[in-house]
Amino acid sequence: MTGPEIDRLIQLLAKLPGLGPRSARRAALHLLKKREALMTPLAQAIGRAAEAIRTCSVCGNLDTTDPCAVCADTRRDAALICVVEDVADLWALERGRVFAGGYHVLGGTLSALDGVGPEDLNIAGLMRRARNGVVREVILATNATVDGQTTAHYLADRLAEIEGIKVSRLAHGVPVGGELDYLDEGTLAAALKARRAM
Amino acid sequence: MDWIDDGFVLHTREHGENAIVATLLTRERGRHAGLVHGGMSSRQRPTWQPGNLVRVEWRARLVEHLGTFKGEVLAAHAARALDDPLELGGLSAACALIDGALPEREPHPAIYDGFVALMTAIGHEGWPSILVRLELGLLQELGFGLDLEKCAATGVTEGLIYVSPKTARAVSAEAGAPYADRLLKLPPFLVVGGAAGIEDVLLGLELTGYFIERHVFWPHNRPLPPARERFLDLLRRQAPG
Repeated sequence: MTGPEIDRLIQLLAKLPGLGPRSARRAALHLLKKREALMTPLAQAIGRAAEAIRTCSVCGNLDTTDPCAVCADTRRDAALICVVEDVADLWALERGRVFAGGYHVLGGTLSALDGVGPEDLNIAGLMRRARNGVVREVILATNATVDGQTTAHYLADRLAEIEGIKVSRLAHGVPVGGELDYLDEGTLAAALKARRAM
Repeated sequence: MDWIDDGFVLHTREHGENAIVATLLTRERGRHAGLVHGGMSSRQRPTWQPGNLVRVEWRARLVEHLGTFKGEVLAAHAARALDDPLELGGLSAACALIDGALPEREPHPAIYDGFVALMTAIGHEGWPSILVRLELGLLQELGFGLDLEKCAATGVTEGLIYVSPKTARAVSAEAGAPYADRLLKLPPFLVVGGAAGIEDVLLGLELTGYFIERHVFWPHNRPLPPARERFLDLLRRQAPG
């Protein structure tokens, strides 16, 4: 029904998150209908990004420069490092504009069952940064999952070897706008455990 | 085909964009896997954390199919353990061990009961000794039980402080003295009961680990689960001296 080029385009679009074969076909058709306005600029943008994007050698973020814009920003507090599992977590924190320090992307979590060990993660880089004499606090912002917290405890142990470094982690509990009635038992237990005096 | 049962989440792995394949230790059906649609979603993710007790409904067209799970949490053991490295390590070690050691879809109610005891005890005093007992029970269930009733050499029931690595039977202090360097140490709490300190728990885990590795994991060319090794490291660091 369609040529091999269009089939290939549909196949590739179907590999994107959130798209199946049917929605990929719709997206391909939309691109084909708006060839000048959308398809060509999109192809050029993808090509340029593929060429220019690299992994930051300092924190592991994805950017077009190395070091990335976050690491190169001199207004940020270099004494603070926030450790995240993935680039998506870094972007989420940046979207919130609530943190003005540096980041470190681990590239995953320790997972005994899936055979992910410390050597598979960007832990050596974190230890090097923590030993540089500038860093005062490392904030462990791994997910509140068994693997995420296992990784956090492991990192806290490793960072305890370095003198003068404070290690903290994100709080777990009731989200802003959350209703207790709808919270799961685990979140409620964590929130109660981490209650604060008022 | 469908059934409803209670089970502990042992392991999950991502499947596609939003689903997971969860492996559970259920009371009636042993270790059983199933697909969870939307298991990666923020609403469902807390449910499918290792160690959690979940009431699941399994459905499939044929019994041999993977099938799908729907579940709700009965006890969020993972959330209780998240803050404590030792408790989280013990929970992960137990889940990894049972997941690696038990065959699929073979009921082992004794292991399930042992797992209930461990998960309920985590956080309370003396809980690590229950992990040792769970591992002893696992060996027993898989047909490699240790005989700790009497000395393999003399038949005495007193002063049992060793286990023979060859026969998996207890050996008394007197009979074992000439071979002490080749025998495994038997912590007293496994013979006479009572409380167990961290050193006793370590001895117990080294004893059970030897036989679990030899009889359960080595024949499949697999090492003991790294989560168990990590838990042992944590215990060693907490041991006095």
